Amino acid sequence: MPEDVQVHRELDLKGEVCPYTFVKSKLILETMAPGEVLRVIVDYPPATGNVPRSMESEGHKVLAVNPAGDGVWEIIVRKKD
Amino acid sequence: MFRFTEEEIRRYSRNIILQEVGGIGQQKLKDAKVLVVGAGGLGSPAAFYLAAAGVGTIGIVDDDVVDLSNLQRQILHRTEDVGTPKVDSAARALSALNPGVQVKTYRTRLGAGNVMDIIREYDVIVDGVDNFSTRYLLNDACVMAGKPLVDAGILRWDGMMMTIKPREGPCYRCIFPEPPPPGVIPSCQEAGVIGAIAGVMGTLQALEAIKLILGVGETLTGRLLLFDALEGRFRQVNAARDPNCPVCGDHPTITELVEYDLACDLPFGVAAGSAERKIEQ
Ligand SMILES: [Zn+2]
Repeated sequence: MPEDVQVHRELDLKGEVCPYTFVKSKLILETMAPGEVLRVIVDYPPATGNVPRSMESEGHKVLAVNPAGDGVWEIIVRKKD
Repeated sequence: MFRFTEEEIRRYSRNIILQEVGGIGQQKLKDAKVLVVGAGGLGSPAAFYLAAAGVGTIGIVDDDVVDLSNLQRQILHRTEDVGTPKVDSAARALSALNPGVQVKTYRTRLGAGNVMDIIREYDVIVDGVDNFSTRYLLNDACVMAGKPLVDAGILRWDGMMMTIKPREGPCYRCIFPEPPPPGVIPSCQEAGVIGAIAGVMGTLQALEAIKLILGVGETLTGRLLLFDALEGRFRQVNAARDPNCPVCGDHPTITELVEYDLACDLPFGVAAGSAERKIEQ
């Protein structure tokens, strides 16, 4: 993720599994303004593939999927305009 | 943090995942009020799927009690419900499926005197009746009240349905101006009906209601959908609003609700002492 991306909302989904990782991310994204950035934290490995794929299919822009510590990943997504 | 409880998120996750629904659509379903007229063959699957989908308020109108011969197709009711009011066993079944749904029951027969009051608070009306008297009454009332009506009928192995959006498309009378004379079209009681055809058509009605609530897709407005189960074929017949329609036309001649006293409405209940009881589907 480029250093200068501003994150508007964070969602900690540690302990959550698919498909609820995406469902909950979607519910939060719906409340955000177009162009805003959401950072989702997951520790369920399949979510690192599933969540970005579902986000993209809804037209959002996945900016990055990064390891963020021990067994934890961050998914950075920009809400579609 | 979320507008839904943890339980709702899990219960409705397959809805919310859909692009056309999401949390916004799920909230629309939760806020929606749908009236299902008739807790019979069509009303059973329609109400079941509406409750499952999370429609917040479901009204059920029926004045009948459960009969053993209903259970071949009226899947809201159980064998042990025989003899109890259909609205009661319907409410039990729907609440058991989804306790989050508010079920309002009307143990009455729709008539010119009560139909406007009952439909007033609802967003969508689902017609699950199988007698022409109530069908025309409901059509006229929904046109007058400007309420969308999802109409369906079944007989033998055949089903028919259309969605009436008053003045946006045809109403039932635009296509069939007057009820058929008594005896021309047999009832399910006389002619039989395969239970699963009620399942197909009632489920399609639930889908139409859900589309109307969400504002997605194309409803069956101005399109008569016909299903022939024996042939396994759907057909579609286009129909336009008739500017000379007696109820939704430019110069309506029916401006007050009329009730047809059709002989074919009588049979079943007469022996049981209720001349008013409608033929159950
Ligand atoms: Zn009409």
